[in-house]
Amino acid sequence: MTIKLDARIPAGPLAEKWDKHRFEMKLVNPANKRKYHVIVVGSGLAGASASASLSELGYRVSCFCFQDSPRRAHSIAAQGGINAAKNYQNDGDSVWRLFYDTVKGGDFRAREANVYRLAQVSVNIIDQCVAQGVPFAREYGGLLATRSFGGAQVSRSFYARGQTGQQLLLGAYQALEKEIVRGSVTMYERHEMLDVVIVDGRARGIITRDLVTGEVAAHVADSVVLGTGGYANVFYLSTNAKGCNVTATYRAYKKGAAFGNPCFTQIHPTCIPVAGEHQSKLTLMSESLRNDGRVWVPKKKEDCGKKPGEIAEQDRDYYLERKYPSFGNLSPRDIASRAAKEVCDEGRGVGPGGRGVYLDFADPIARLGEQTIRERYGNLFEMYQRITDEDPYKQPMRIYPAAHYAMGGLWVDYNLMSTIPGLHVVGEANFSDHGANRLGASALMQGLADGYFVLPATIGDYLATAKPDTLTADHPAFREALDGVQARTARLLAVGGKRSADSFHKELGHIMWEKCGMARNAAGLRQALEAIPKLREEFWRDIAIPGTGAELNQSLEKAGRVADFLEFAELVCTDALHREESCGGHFREEHQTADGEAKRDDANFAYVAAWEYAGDGRAPVLNKEPLEFENIHLSTRSYK
Amino acid sequence: MKVVLHVWRQAGPSAAGSLVDYEANDISPEMSFLEMLDVVNERLIVRGEVPIAFDHDCREGICGSCGMMINGAAHGPMKLTTACQLHMRSFKDGDEIWIEPWRAKAFPVIKDLVVDRGAFDRIIQAGGFVSAPTGSAQDGNAIPIAKQAADEAMDAAACIGCGACVAACPNASASLFTAAKITHLGDLPQGQPERMRRALAMVHQMDIETFGSCTLFGECQEACPKGISIDTIARMNWDYLFAAATERQGAEVGGTG
Repeated sequence: MTIKLDARIPAGPLAEKWDKHRFEMKLVNPANKRKYHVIVVGSGLAGASASASLSELGYRVSCFCFQDSPRRAHSIAAQGGINAAKNYQNDGDSVWRLFYDTVKGGDFRAREANVYRLAQVSVNIIDQCVAQGVPFAREYGGLLATRSFGGAQVSRSFYARGQTGQQLLLGAYQALEKEIVRGSVTMYERHEMLDVVIVDGRARGIITRDLVTGEVAAHVADSVVLGTGGYANVFYLSTNAKGCNVTATYRAYKKGAAFGNPCFTQIHPTCIPVAGEHQSKLTLMSESLRNDGRVWVPKKKEDCGKKPGEIAEQDRDYYLERKYPSFGNLSPRDIASRAAKEVCDEGRGVGPGGRGVYLDFADPIARLGEQTIRERYGNLFEMYQRITDEDPYKQPMRIYPAAHYAMGGLWVDYNLMSTIPGLHVVGEANFSDHGANRLGASALMQGLADGYFVLPATIGDYLATAKPDTLTADHPAFREALDGVQARTARLLAVGGKRSADSFHKELGHIMWEKCGMARNAAGLRQALEAIPKLREEFWRDIAIPGTGAELNQSLEKAGRVADFLEFAELVCTDALHREESCGGHFREEHQTADGEAKRDDANFAYVAAWEYAGDGRAPVLNKEPLEFENIHLSTRSYK
Repeated sequence: MKVVLHVWRQAGPSAAGSLVDYEANDISPEMSFLEMLDVVNERLIVRGEVPIAFDHDCREGICGSCGMMINGAAHGPMKLTTACQLHMRSFKDGDEIWIEPWRAKAFPVIKDLVVDRGAFDRIIQAGGFVSAPTGSAQDGNAIPIAKQAADEAMDAAACIGCGACVAACPNASASLFTAAKITHLGDLPQGQPERMRRALAMVHQMDIETFGSCTLFGECQEACPKGISIDTIARMNWDYLFAAATERQGAEVGGTG
């Protein structure tokens, strides 16, 4: 073990840690801030909000994104809402309750101190976004409206129709653009980060490829921030955008950053089912639909072929309401997903292939009227109809779980710094706040908490303490990293095989979904760990990339990302195999209760698994950060 | 089903382009339009040919990356739909489909169907924001906002910045895009302090970027996948005229900050 995991959690009572820590951290004098240059990779909620906020503080910032504009990052696709402990509804919400719900929802595999801080700053996020002009939904009295999400019994999710992520991202994007025109942020669109550069043990820059010209270049900075999102595309079919990839975080892992809990992946219960073999991605139907929609399947297998309207009320199994009466249709995502899989495995699934359950709005439409439902979910219903050619106002939606989010990510300490000094990680790219299962409407909260409020406070402490010296891209470490990236690109182009990157990606995704998806077991994971290296070998023998490296070449971009997924997938399976318990999104079939619920093992697995790269072809090294629960009693999660 | 494609192929920004024909066989009506292009590209790659480059990302109709002229219509024949959400069931077996990039001086072609829409970002930079530095906000409920105003702001804020409005406009005007942002922020109390400056600067930046002028053809509204109304353009014109008439002499104008 070479990495020393020090979470640097401040001492003192939970509720005072963040305040106390902010006071104790060193500050950078305003006149000195402009001397420091920070690189932010990624322009989603976390990256854009961090870039804008750091620039407002006075730092010089360079922000990189692979899309043609920072406004297109995948945060934009988040639909339902953003949590905040405002208690505007007077329904008993509080910072403590949001903290408790999040730790419990994460099946007790998150760090208490981080989650408490997240709940604390959640209230500032809403204020900040309103001030930017984010058009949140409002009541007739002009005050902010909220709705409920899974895993909570209070109404604390603020929303902008079904486009909450879009509106929050546009708020952060506009703040970023404001700083770009002021000259303190330099924006690099259509650039992909292909390596991080370490000098004297500290992150000092990155290597990028300009996706339009193919130029590979080195960028020097005093600190590097990764806000590069999650890796759900390791499953190929997921709700993530096509471009989402693991490359930035995986390259950082190979340079020494520990990877935390890679097996904690979230399968979202409400997605439009797969329609055919050419499916390129899956589309989410917001969890907020479960506020009103009721999930059911036929009680009898024989009814599965019937039209839903022909199945009488007493022949329907509203299985979430039956199994989890207190939370019902608003059970957390991992539980709702597994319950859907279970009824489909029993042969009671509906639609093509029997892989689907109904999400029915007949009751709420009868109770509230079609107009109210249209106001709440109109755009989601339209999207559903466009994709499936079925009208959800007239017949129930068909939904099925799909890979959606990565709770795992690069390990970070309380200051959001990875095990590489100077390399900070924000948003979905880090592992920190959601434990083994993320609650709905918490991703937007965490991305913006990290970017607007946490990182801007903690990065100053690093810079003031480390006082990085001046450096140029002539340094041998930059030359070496640059040569490495160019050599890899040349190697990819030289294979001259017959198979496309997508075909390899699909095959990998199939292995991962079958063996490391909603339910996992040791035998299946071992099979995956044998199959993945073989597929990787074939990839490097047979990948076909037409065109050159000196132009816009989307085949080359994909191949580079798939090559990383082919290595990273092994890490996910290794982690899943080692974690001999079921918790949250990680369900090991060997570890379940008599009624099929997840069986956690707190005595042996109440820790963060932080994997350390040990060289190609060598098993990664497991480091453990024990999770200490001083404020919440470890209990069996129950939503019954 | 089988369709015949005529696709604009252009190797680079300064290369000459032309329409190239492709036969797309074994297409299922359930495929999205972009999945149909994926299938065509897979076959090209296996044959060692360079696949058709096109921008796309979320494939849920929200990121605004994809955009192409399909049979002369921005995003194709279905109203209120981006290219990624268009499905092949909108076409018939044997159809011929012409696919071209957005055509506008301000959106130069990078390759095939990929264009540079950086001009949109620069219009936002000119004034499409509220200056509210992180940490300076008051409580979110401190200023009540009438539901109607919030809803109208949201209607305009739904713009995804895809560029269909520009591509559909005979003048290649960016008025709908710009007006949507001016309306979104102008409808809200938070947008008032910078409202006049915003209108002047954003309209000025449109001119700098060589977009054409608006002559109210209304094609933009027809093409907009998010249903942004040209009423927003009336709003922009009102704000611009009022701002121009009341502008203080010597006040800064323009997008260069």
